[in-house]
Amino acid sequence: MSKTSRTGITMPAQAKKGAIIEIRAIAQHDMETGYRYTEDGKRIPRDIIQLFTCQYNGEEVFRADFNPGIGANPLIIFTTVAVASGTLVFKWVGDGGYEAVNQAQITVS
Amino acid sequence: MYLSALGLLGLSSWMAPSLTMAKQPEAMEAIAKIVGSNTIRDSRVNLVIPPLVESGNLVVLKLSIESPMTANDYVKAVHVISEANPSPNMFTAYFTPRSGRAELTTRVRLADSQRVWAIAQMSDGSFYRGYADTLVTLSACTEMI
Repeated sequence: MSKTSRTGITMPAQAKKGAIIEIRAIAQHDMETGYRYTEDGKRIPRDIIQLFTCQYNGEEVFRADFNPGIGANPLIIFTTVAVASGTLVFKWVGDGGYEAVNQAQITVS
Repeated sequence: MYLSALGLLGLSSWMAPSLTMAKQPEAMEAIAKIVGSNTIRDSRVNLVIPPLVESGNLVVLKLSIESPMTANDYVKAVHVISEANPSPNMFTAYFTPRSGRAELTTRVRLADSQRVWAIAQMSDGSFYRGYADTLVTLSACTEMI
């Protein structure tokens, strides 16, 4: 995998204060398990995203540790409470110096 | 169609036995490591995976844990453990009171027909668990390319 890749975030742009919003975060990644072999018997080294975090106005609200049991192009759907208008920053960190950052704005009324 | 389905089932069960048997204690060990000396109760955790999946490469897994998710009483973490994958730990998710609900959806790999466990750790240090069984006709993880 290259050092970074495409990611996508789907979440509402507006929400009422105190509402629980659903966030879908996906990253383009092979998630090579490290348990596969090529035809000539060579083990393909592990290359996965290991960590996903979501920060809401600088405070971490969700985190996940991934292992090879997570499928290719890891998708994670989770929730958070809309507390204030601002920015949500999403970060993926993985093997071989992989890092991807995405962000989304929310207006809370 | 019927024959090819049989063939797939036959192939997976031919590859299966040693793997399933060998990995199950490893999964129990992984759970014991998480729980430590605490007791674990069979409730509050709801794990959903399809009972029959054609390909283990991308299986939708849904998880929800009953909790008020307040500052004093929330789900801290959930560990998802496989009984038949090469590595028992599939993923761990960490919630906060700001999660609102202890719920998530993701897509996992399943190497074989198996039981998948979800172990939830509450903010007060108690543990709850739930599981789901599934039949996988085409395995993931270890295939040749």
